Amino acid sequence: MAGPWVGRFVELVATLLGAATVIFVVTEILPGDPAAVILGVSATPETLAALHRDLGLDRPAVWRFVSWLGAFLTGDLGESHTYRVAVGALVGERLGVTLALAIGAIVLSTAIGLPLGLAAAGRAGGLLDTAVMILVEIGLAVPSFWIGILFVLLFSVTLGWLPAGGFPGWGGGVGPALAALVLPAVALALPQAAIIARVTRGAALEVLSSDFVRAARAKGLDRGAVMRRHVARNALVPVVTILGLQFSSLVAGAILVENVFALPGLGRLLYQAIAAHDLVVVRSVVTLFAGFVVVVNFAVDLAYCLIDPRIGRGGV
Amino acid sequence: MRRYPILATVALTVAVAAGSAFAAPRTDVVLCMSLEPPVLDPTAGAAQAIREVTYANVFEGLVGLDRHGRIVPRLAEAWDTSEDGLAVTFHLRDRVAFHDGTPLVAEDVKFSFERALAPDSKNAQKWIFTPIAGIETPDARTVKITLKHPTANFLYGLAWGDAVIVSRGSAATNATKPVGTGPYRFADWVRGDRLTLEATGSWWGGATAIGRATFRFINDPAAQVAAIRAGDCDGLTNLAAQETAEELGRDPKLKVVVGRTEGETIVAMNNARKPLDDVRVRRALAMAIDRDAVNLAVLSGTGTPIGSHFSPNHPAYIDLTAVDAHDPEKAKALLEEAGVKDLKLTLKVPPPAYARRSAEIVAAEMAEIGVEVKILPIEFPQWLEQVFRGKDYDLTIISHTEPLDIGIYARPDYYFGYDNPGFRELMATIEATSDEAARNRLYGSAQKMLAQDAVNIFLFVLPKITVTRAGLDGMWADWPLPANPLSELAWK
Repeated sequence: MAGPWVGRFVELVATLLGAATVIFVVTEILPGDPAAVILGVSATPETLAALHRDLGLDRPAVWRFVSWLGAFLTGDLGESHTYRVAVGALVGERLGVTLALAIGAIVLSTAIGLPLGLAAAGRAGGLLDTAVMILVEIGLAVPSFWIGILFVLLFSVTLGWLPAGGFPGWGGGVGPALAALVLPAVALALPQAAIIARVTRGAALEVLSSDFVRAARAKGLDRGAVMRRHVARNALVPVVTILGLQFSSLVAGAILVENVFALPGLGRLLYQAIAAHDLVVVRSVVTLFAGFVVVVNFAVDLAYCLIDPRIGRGGV
Repeated sequence: MRRYPILATVALTVAVAAGSAFAAPRTDVVLCMSLEPPVLDPTAGAAQAIREVTYANVFEGLVGLDRHGRIVPRLAEAWDTSEDGLAVTFHLRDRVAFHDGTPLVAEDVKFSFERALAPDSKNAQKWIFTPIAGIETPDARTVKITLKHPTANFLYGLAWGDAVIVSRGSAATNATKPVGTGPYRFADWVRGDRLTLEATGSWWGGATAIGRATFRFINDPAAQVAAIRAGDCDGLTNLAAQETAEELGRDPKLKVVVGRTEGETIVAMNNARKPLDDVRVRRALAMAIDRDAVNLAVLSGTGTPIGSHFSPNHPAYIDLTAVDAHDPEKAKALLEEAGVKDLKLTLKVPPPAYARRSAEIVAAEMAEIGVEVKILPIEFPQWLEQVFRGKDYDLTIISHTEPLDIGIYARPDYYFGYDNPGFRELMATIEATSDEAARNRLYGSAQKMLAQDAVNIFLFVLPKITVTRAGLDGMWADWPLPANPLSELAWK
């Protein structure tokens, strides 16, 4: 019982280490010098050298990698080259926005996608099914940042219902803060909802055609009860897998959506750090993202056992 | 239910009373700008946004520039220059204190300049200080600076944000907790969103009409327009969506002023690379470009076309846009004369909108004289690495935003690859000429030399488009250097 989990945990740590190494190497070979970005075009070579020493850029790459990783593991994310403050503090300031956005988008996409998928499967081939499938195709085809731009045009510019962008901060009350997150969360959720609807429909159809469902129906259970008690639960396994995978697309989507809506989240921090060649921030934030994804996948594996105890026992 | 009209009436009466009897002008202001400063220490970074927030607000130098670009006294109330131009003695104002209460003394000036000159200095404009031979402080209010050689622009350099006076106790933490001598002290910073300054109330220059100022950072041009329309901003320091300037100007609630920055925008040419080392080829490329068309398409005509690397704000400016004016036929003939056929060039373009937009038109216009231009968009760090430092480029588009920076053409190792001993000599003469009229004449010759050598294609000077609510007065119309001095603002 414990054996497989230890193995999974070792895998998790190895994946994170591998990701950190790749991230470091890739950012290392990117052309560009953070000191040159900070000091601009009039800086003398001597000034640049002084700033290099200050930022530790004069040290060999291997030394920088080991000290960065060592500090990272103890929770010290380093100091931003551009902002001159601890990356941990920058991340802390912005994590709230991105987390609220991601959680909002996951809840919304599940709340939309799951019932739609089940409903479509329940009436496969019917009018509702066709309508849902058309919506799904559209949802899959349209990227979230573009939906975001359309939303701004409609709800902010034309109707004036919601702010066009920016974030008032949690200090000004939860209401205005949530209002600022509604449009981006919906924009982020819609393509994901389409994927969930499609996967749910497929999984439910498969379950519906299995023997035990026929048996349940034969026992006299009505359609609704079969859907709720037998089909939904069995169809959840692939859906949870998708939810886990979606977390990574949500993180990627958040980078774009946060920029469209000028939200001070992690995605925007990362984007600005890339533009400023702030390698410390880029590395730490990307590694954090990678860590999120790996940990969420680990949690998904755990969740399988809760949904379907057969998986944990190695029975499947 | 019936109570509501009564309540409304009471509320209205109170409001009217408040409006008439107690009508005091607002003392707060919200200014919106495109970029957020990465740090708040102008002596440790070149970012323009640092100056926009802190210059003349938080930090002050011995001298400063006013809205017309004239050198004015700030912390030094007077100064005298020796006959030979080798010594400048500054007399500091009395009873000036830093925001932490430390009084300003001559030692602080010595500390600030020696810090900028030190081997481990992170000052982005070290050249301002390199002419300094020594700094003496005979008493607490006198600073005597001796120079290695006469330096005509020494005072001008001291007026820049890079030469502000900092206190020994707070210099190391100014990046995030700036402590200066200016009329406003740092209050609060929500990174990614806004920054607040508040009046100290004890500034040497007296009381200010604005007690509290918030800078908001809105990078998206459309969002800026929406914010000023919705009243979220009282002023935009420089409108990024130039195409909306005219329309905003028709709004009676708003005031739009189109001024100039010092940003000479150029199509830089690699003079060291064949065939761009041939002046005929460079002139041909210059003649391919219709400046007015570029200005119209890129900046909706709000830029100021230039014919050399010099700001029209400066008294020494001469209009050289007629040199190598738009003439595709003559351009083709020049290329033929130079024996250049099927010329293919790469144009490396950094991210700013003016550069990306100009690139399309420049490429199209060069195609008309038979030159094939391949546009290669790159990020700014890569631009600095490849173009600016590596000199690996044919053409690039960039705005040189620093004031009075014509001297960069005297550096043979600069990325233009322009190596002209005559020009270097001229610049050295200018530096040693203390008479202003004579110096301005020499600046004229320098401008002509660059235009005739067609070192680069000089496009335009970037505009500063100030949009404010109609009731707000005092914003700078031009930017002799990027600054928004809050002490000059007031509500009507």
